[in-house]
Amino acid sequence: MAKLTIQDLKKIKEGASKEMSLRDEAGKVKVTVHMGTCGIAAGARDVMASLMEEMGETDRKDIRVVASGCMGMCSSEPNVTIEIEGEKPIIYQHIDRNKMRQVFKRHVLMGEVQTDFALAKM
Amino acid sequence: MKKVRTQLMLCGGTGCHSTGTPAVREALEKEIEQQGLSEEVQVVETGCNGFCAVGPVMLVQPDGIFYQKLDPKDIPYLVEEHFLKGRPVKKFFYKEPDSKETIPGMNDIPFFAHQQLRVMRNKGLIDPEVIDDYIARDGYFGAAKALQEMTPEQIVEEVKTSQIRGRGGAGFPTGIKWEFASKSPGDVKYVLCNADEGDPGAFMDRSILEADPHAVVEGMIIAARAINAHKGYIYARTEYPLAIRRLNIAITQAKEYGLLGKDILGTGFDFEIEIYEGAGAFVCGEETALMRSIEGKRGMPRPRPPFPAHKGLWEKPTILNNVETLANIPQIILNGGSWYASVGTETSKGTKVFALSGDIYNIGLLEVPMGISLRTVIYDIGGGIPKKKKFKAVQLGGPSGGCIPEQHLDTPVDYEEITKVGAIMGSGGMIVMDENTCMVDMARFFMDFIQDESCGKCTPCREGTRRLLQILEKICDGKGEPSDLESLDKLSAIIKDSALCGLGLTAPNPVLSTLRYFRDEYEAHIYEKRCPAKRCAALLKFEVDPELCTKCGACFRHCPTEAVIWKKKEIAVIDKEKCIKCMTCFEKCKFGSIF
Ligand SMILES: Cc1cc2nc3c(=O)[nH]c(=O)nc-3n(C[C@H](O)[C@H](O)[C@H](O)COP(=O)(O)O)c2cc1C
Repeated sequence: MAKLTIQDLKKIKEGASKEMSLRDEAGKVKVTVHMGTCGIAAGARDVMASLMEEMGETDRKDIRVVASGCMGMCSSEPNVTIEIEGEKPIIYQHIDRNKMRQVFKRHVLMGEVQTDFALAKM
Repeated sequence: MKKVRTQLMLCGGTGCHSTGTPAVREALEKEIEQQGLSEEVQVVETGCNGFCAVGPVMLVQPDGIFYQKLDPKDIPYLVEEHFLKGRPVKKFFYKEPDSKETIPGMNDIPFFAHQQLRVMRNKGLIDPEVIDDYIARDGYFGAAKALQEMTPEQIVEEVKTSQIRGRGGAGFPTGIKWEFASKSPGDVKYVLCNADEGDPGAFMDRSILEADPHAVVEGMIIAARAINAHKGYIYARTEYPLAIRRLNIAITQAKEYGLLGKDILGTGFDFEIEIYEGAGAFVCGEETALMRSIEGKRGMPRPRPPFPAHKGLWEKPTILNNVETLANIPQIILNGGSWYASVGTETSKGTKVFALSGDIYNIGLLEVPMGISLRTVIYDIGGGIPKKKKFKAVQLGGPSGGCIPEQHLDTPVDYEEITKVGAIMGSGGMIVMDENTCMVDMARFFMDFIQDESCGKCTPCREGTRRLLQILEKICDGKGEPSDLESLDKLSAIIKDSALCGLGLTAPNPVLSTLRYFRDEYEAHIYEKRCPAKRCAALLKFEVDPELCTKCGACFRHCPTEAVIWKKKEIAVIDKEKCIKCMTCFEKCKFGSIF
């Protein structure tokens, strides 16, 4: 291992704090995948996997991914809820890998609600 | 870059280790694998979380949910419910001791809510064995600033501005100590870290070393720069294997990064650290004895002056600081001395870590701002006294300290205020005692410890503490005489005047403070041959009060010598011929009917 300079120290800090950002609770965007038994049966695990792939590609540190229980709307599963600070939460229905990717890129990163897949505003 | 969605911050402190962290970790990793969650959920083992009473504990991030008392056999359920299906499991939430209300969020639990974290700011947030985790939380930026942007004089000035006082017990201003050493002439100087932590009931330094070892290493680098030393030692007791292991890892990683060794961060400054394992003699925590011990000699104190700042290790100018003191330094340099001094009282700045133990719900480690009242610490953070018992006293400062009774519980955590009521701030051991504690017996316990640990070099301590112990034993044994109280007072005063080092000089404190507040208990032992707290076996009659006996038979079932005579629906009787006064029946009786 080469010896560090102060510049290197800063680089390490940036790299490592990306990995650790989860541990500071606050995040501006919360993406919830509803993973009740029904959600999982309808493909929520796949949705989660594609979401995590997208997460790996972005540098944003303020996005939190949460698994949560069934919302009681089993027929529209898999459901995903996006909550952006200061905005109304949006619930998406019948999400699959591709739709997840689109919702992440458009809504989470750019703020455009994808009304085609939206179930309702909460 | 791959990211996970959930991190499980599993406590890996010594407390949780002994209550089962390794097995819980294994179960978690196995189940996460089985549920196919390895890409999404990660286990991170951290240093001590502080809430040892309910271990093993785990914080789930980013949810902020706190789980307690984890058991490997429940892990499959927990993983499936929470980490797969997103339903936090109530069974492992924290429960309020009295209301039994469950609280899922860590920061809503009163134990955590009243704390202010500075020294322990990284606890539970970083993996102490990963240097990058520390760096991510501004680690080594204080050292970088000290080495690159500041002169040694400026470092000393900043520490003086912070007004931090030594956390090892004596409370000497750290900046002034450093100034002495920096002005001491000499090419060879040393920086020492005192990780000997010998007070009964104290585990602050161990937990800091386990949770954030790099903070201590960084503090030492800054201290070295301030006095221009190139070699440091950490004196740690062998009984702290986990702390020593993590320190060794930290030192190795810091060396690899060039944060220790030659030309640190390209600034031309050299500094290295070695760990010296002490064998665990209490006196070796005393500064001059500690230095003798590092020199390979028998750890015995010597008179001061000369002070270590002029003639310390191998007669060279030396500074010795406590673990907690050093762990504060990086933030003082990074955020400034006035930032540090913004919290606290007139003469006591910053925060203090305490190890809370004894008759209290929330046994554990906590960090509070100076100036907070002892009552808040004991009742709000500590959760109060279990089993609806009454508070009697809190012992601060271990064997050198004293006890503080109910009427002084509003005393703020402040060096001078605590001294005024007859105790000392000490290094942070805080032992809470309920109404069932006998204060004479408590003084006897500490005196037993002291006379055992006395190194024997000076007569007042060697002989005096032994005599004090004999008198206390006599009183507990029911053989006390009226003149004993006078002898205790007189002997204490002589020892306090004439002992060689801090060990002897403070040794009578537990006796003096109990005499001050609980003289009536001494008198009851001596004049009435009665122990008011019913702790001293020699003063118990071992008879059953027929009014109080509920005929439950608990004493009968637990007596090891079959001395209790009892039949269903009959009052128990104790056969004194067979009774060995082991106190078992006394402890098992829930109704206080044995006296
Ligand atoms: C008998 C005795 C035991 C001591 N044990 C410790 C100890 O375990 N840890 C510690 O930091 N200081 C201990 N001290 C205090 C040290 O002598 C010294 O004051 C302290 O380490 C200085 O560091 P500080 O100024 O940062 O507190 C002890 C003192 C005496 C007299």
